Amino acid sequence: MSFPLLTATALVPAVGAVATAAVPAARRTAAKWLALAFSLATLVLAGAVLARFDPGGDRYQLTESHAWISSFGVRYELGVDGIGAVMVALTALLVPFVMLAGWHDADPLEEPEPNRRWRPTQGFFALVLLVEAMVVISFEATDVFLFYVFFEAMLIPMYFLIGGFGDRAGERGEDEAAKQRSYAAVKFLLYNLAGGLVMLAAVVGLYAVTAGQLGEGTFSLARIAEARAAGDLAFDPTVEKLLFLGFFLAFAVKAPLWPLHTWLPNAMGESTAPVAVLITAVVDKVGTFAMLRFCLQLFPGASEWATPVVLVLAVVSILYGALLAVGQRDIKRLIAYASVSHFGFIVLGIFAMTSQGQTGATLYMVNHGISTAALMLVAGFLISRRGSRLIADFGGVQKVAPVLAGTFLIGGLATLSLPGLAPFVSEFLVLVGTFSRYPVLGIVATFGIVLAALYVLVLYQRTMTGPVRDGVRGMPDLRARELAVVAPLIALLLFLGVFPRPVTDIVDPAVRQTLSDVHKTDPKPDLTEAAK
Amino acid sequence: MNNLIGLLVAAPLLGAAVLLTGGRRLDRVGHWIGTALAAASFVVGAVLFAELLGRDGDDRTMIQHLYSWVPVGGFQADVAFRLDQLSIVFVLLITGVGTLIHLYSVGYMEHDERRRRFFGYLNLFLAAMLLLVLADNYLLLYFGWEGVGLASYLLIGFWQHKPSAATAAKKAFLVNRVGDMGLAIGIFLMFTTFGTFAFGPVLGGAEAASEGTLTAISLMLLLAACGKSAQVPLQSWLGDAMEGPTPVSALIHAATMVTAGVYLIVRSGAIFNGAPDAQTVVAVVGAVTLLFGAIVGCAKDDIKKALAGSTMSQIGYMVMAAGLGPVGYAFAIMHLVTHGFFKAGLFLGAGSVMHGMNDEVDMRRYGGLRKLMPVTFATFGLGYLAIIGFPGLSGFWSKDRIIEAAFAKGGTEGWILGAVALLGAGITAFYMTRVMLMTFFGEKRWDPAEVHPHESPRTMTVPMVVLAFGSVFAGGLFSLNSSFVNWLEPVTSYEHGHPPVSAAVVTGATVVVLLVGVALAWAAYGRRPVPVTAPRGSLLTRAARRDLLQDDFNHAVLVKPGEYLTRGLVYLDHTVVDGAVNGTAAAVGGLSGRMRRLQNGYVRSYAVSMFGGTAVLVAATLLMRAV
Repeated sequence: MSFPLLTATALVPAVGAVATAAVPAARRTAAKWLALAFSLATLVLAGAVLARFDPGGDRYQLTESHAWISSFGVRYELGVDGIGAVMVALTALLVPFVMLAGWHDADPLEEPEPNRRWRPTQGFFALVLLVEAMVVISFEATDVFLFYVFFEAMLIPMYFLIGGFGDRAGERGEDEAAKQRSYAAVKFLLYNLAGGLVMLAAVVGLYAVTAGQLGEGTFSLARIAEARAAGDLAFDPTVEKLLFLGFFLAFAVKAPLWPLHTWLPNAMGESTAPVAVLITAVVDKVGTFAMLRFCLQLFPGASEWATPVVLVLAVVSILYGALLAVGQRDIKRLIAYASVSHFGFIVLGIFAMTSQGQTGATLYMVNHGISTAALMLVAGFLISRRGSRLIADFGGVQKVAPVLAGTFLIGGLATLSLPGLAPFVSEFLVLVGTFSRYPVLGIVATFGIVLAALYVLVLYQRTMTGPVRDGVRGMPDLRARELAVVAPLIALLLFLGVFPRPVTDIVDPAVRQTLSDVHKTDPKPDLTEAAK
Repeated sequence: MNNLIGLLVAAPLLGAAVLLTGGRRLDRVGHWIGTALAAASFVVGAVLFAELLGRDGDDRTMIQHLYSWVPVGGFQADVAFRLDQLSIVFVLLITGVGTLIHLYSVGYMEHDERRRRFFGYLNLFLAAMLLLVLADNYLLLYFGWEGVGLASYLLIGFWQHKPSAATAAKKAFLVNRVGDMGLAIGIFLMFTTFGTFAFGPVLGGAEAASEGTLTAISLMLLLAACGKSAQVPLQSWLGDAMEGPTPVSALIHAATMVTAGVYLIVRSGAIFNGAPDAQTVVAVVGAVTLLFGAIVGCAKDDIKKALAGSTMSQIGYMVMAAGLGPVGYAFAIMHLVTHGFFKAGLFLGAGSVMHGMNDEVDMRRYGGLRKLMPVTFATFGLGYLAIIGFPGLSGFWSKDRIIEAAFAKGGTEGWILGAVALLGAGITAFYMTRVMLMTFFGEKRWDPAEVHPHESPRTMTVPMVVLAFGSVFAGGLFSLNSSFVNWLEPVTSYEHGHPPVSAAVVTGATVVVLLVGVALAWAAYGRRPVPVTAPRGSLLTRAARRDLLQDDFNHAVLVKPGEYLTRGLVYLDHTVVDGAVNGTAAAVGGLSGRMRRLQNGYVRSYAVSMFGGTAVLVAATLLMRAV
């Protein structure tokens, strides 16, 4: 038996979480380094996954399969296609930056008594690793039940990360801040739990259908595909639609799609910037990823049936999120609404059912992860310097901290999809892929690029330009650790902006597979001969 | 030889990278690095030009394919450059004028502590602009298109501590983004029609597409051109863009970037030729902008804003010419190049005046500067004669041909366009004479105790002199044996237009109108002293001072409703959307009641609900198995 590489990518951060949590209270710094080391080890393993993955090979590679709960047909089955491999790599890539950016976020305000068991720093880093482990295994699971378990379980560490750690309270006072945090954490939990419960019903339903038709129930994607191809398994259209809705609702909460998005601004606003990055750049991606992997693959007929509604919701998300971002007074909430807009683009690309749309959507997940991380982490550095998240409390930062302002601008330009930076390629692909099948929706969605320019540049103008405000004077520029977080992210944005092929080459075959699952081919150009 | 093309872009890009990341240790040499790399790009351009000159007319296209940029299914975008007769003209203009303006900026920005960064941005602009004109497909062109938009944004807002500069930069980017939408949709349409957006197959295959499709693509490209080239209705950003340092106004907002829209239309000529309705729209947009800019130019007291109005108006001429099809393409480009010389020269002259006048921009506080700033006066004067179309100078040759071509359009349209072009020539003569008189003639309207006007240093005057040479001779040189038109003909194609009256009559009329314009300006600003505070003026004057109410219009129609919309949505999001989802959840599962309890002992409750969920699962599966 070959080395279980995929299990290792999830197991290493999980072990890391336990090890970090076990570090004694006084050895805070050692715990941080330990956690960082585990996250870097995971990154190496994820790199190995990418290196071992052969884009021309089988659909699912590096597969592992073991019986788990045989009485329910649940198996421990892992495997990655091009999309999964890329998402694992993205997760493993971002976590070390999240840790490095949040290096001091969980330091206790005063030195705790020697024998107290309360160890927030160890807890913070352990929780981050735990989230990483669960997200990674969600990207790798090819058994629906296995996926479901971790899809739900990751809510627990996320809940504590949101509710347990926050920015300096600033003018609001510690009590008020704690109240807001706990509200945000509970809202996050309830929304996602509600979505998860609906999905649970659908998971059970899936089991019932397979059990009924195949004699024994199964959650295995491979087994279901096999049975389908052989004609042993066929969904009743109504059942398929209901099951699709159950899955989709859970993913649409997590993604998040309008009108199920309202938990995101609260969660991202109240948590620290690194945790906000973890939410939007890592955890939420499981939602859009799962749409591609489970909704389209398991329920192709129902996916087609739902497409018109989903596309409209996606376009509404794009414009609504952008307009709401324009109207925000809080930097982090602004970025959260921008993410709502961007998730709209991702969903649009997935359900446009074209190779440009879906490759674009997958690339978008990667690029949005990197660009939002860059923007949000710099925003976090900015906020921690001033002790306020309100845009109105800033002004003239570029005069005192030009490097900080410059990196913030680059993060912003990536967010508005400027050519030369990675998100441009994915956004353009999504739009062109949408337009080629749904011209009107494509054009309406294109208005999003104007609105993105508006919210990014207004944010930059109000915080960075103009005369230096009182609270900004004397603000230090980026420190070495902070620069070490931002510089590689910017380098990646530039690199993938001019050379996205390392990602698209891996993703493309997987997208073609998915499209053939839903029996779709790209629309042909009007003048096929003239083009040649 | 083909591999040299990439160097054109690479040299200034390297400069931008080095200057923007190099840190303070480069402060003392940064401006020379930037200037040297701009000059290097110009030298490469000259070498390539010589190479093209040595070839036959049909063989003057060089392609450099670097790599495949975005290959996804049928969507293939390459990083590939195309150097042909059209792009080399732009390469020489951009790098030539660009190098001169780098040189000028060495002196102009001498006392600015962020001079290194300024040169980094200028180099970034050159790289993006060269990418725009060298791209061999529309997506790569879009890259350059937004790239110059970024450089423009950074440079307009270079003095970011001034709120007005930051606002102007943002406005320019936003208005341009509206235009960029047009370019994006145009590319979508090309992709769905031709399956590609590379120049070769799209322009070569355009004839096979339906007129409706070509019209749609053309109008989208026109929208893009309106944004970048400040044509009505997307003109409002250009006047504000004068907040940028004057060399920026000269290079980006007069000589090169703002003419990119003209390049786009001329480059896409094959598409426009198949869409006569769209061409009419192009010509009308050009004609309207031509008058709009000219009228605004008459009313401004800020020297740079007067020149900005003039730029709009002159680009209106180019766009109108481009709307005339093969009759006008070559003349649009010819006017673009001559305009590049004289308008850059005029802006540098204005910068030189401001340099000597403590950055004063109000012409009502100038006066009598010709003796104090002789070089500036002479070069500015030659630029002035060129732009009004004084017979024999550059502007005369290029503008006169556009007016002829407009008449040659034929029918009522031809008469209207021709008349507008003629009228525009008269107004041009008026407002430029006004600028000239208010700045260099008349009595001194400044306080000698406070300002000490002086001639600018050599690094500034040398570029002005070179540009003045171009302003005087370029047009005549281009017209010798119609060399310029013949050069472009293989790319843009050319048809000789036949105006309803003889060309001599058109030229004669142009000269008469020009003299009338000069005379009227003399009567108003030459014979009488210029009041230091502006008189109230007629209704039209007041409207023109406010840019013919463009901002008031945009504010009322777009900004205000937009603000209400976002504010309303923010409120709705909080109450209705959030409330509805919470309400539904409450109705379904009584969750909101539990919410309160969760907030007290949430860990335990969470465990309970997890346990509950698992129990439901187990029960359900058992039930299913039983069935």
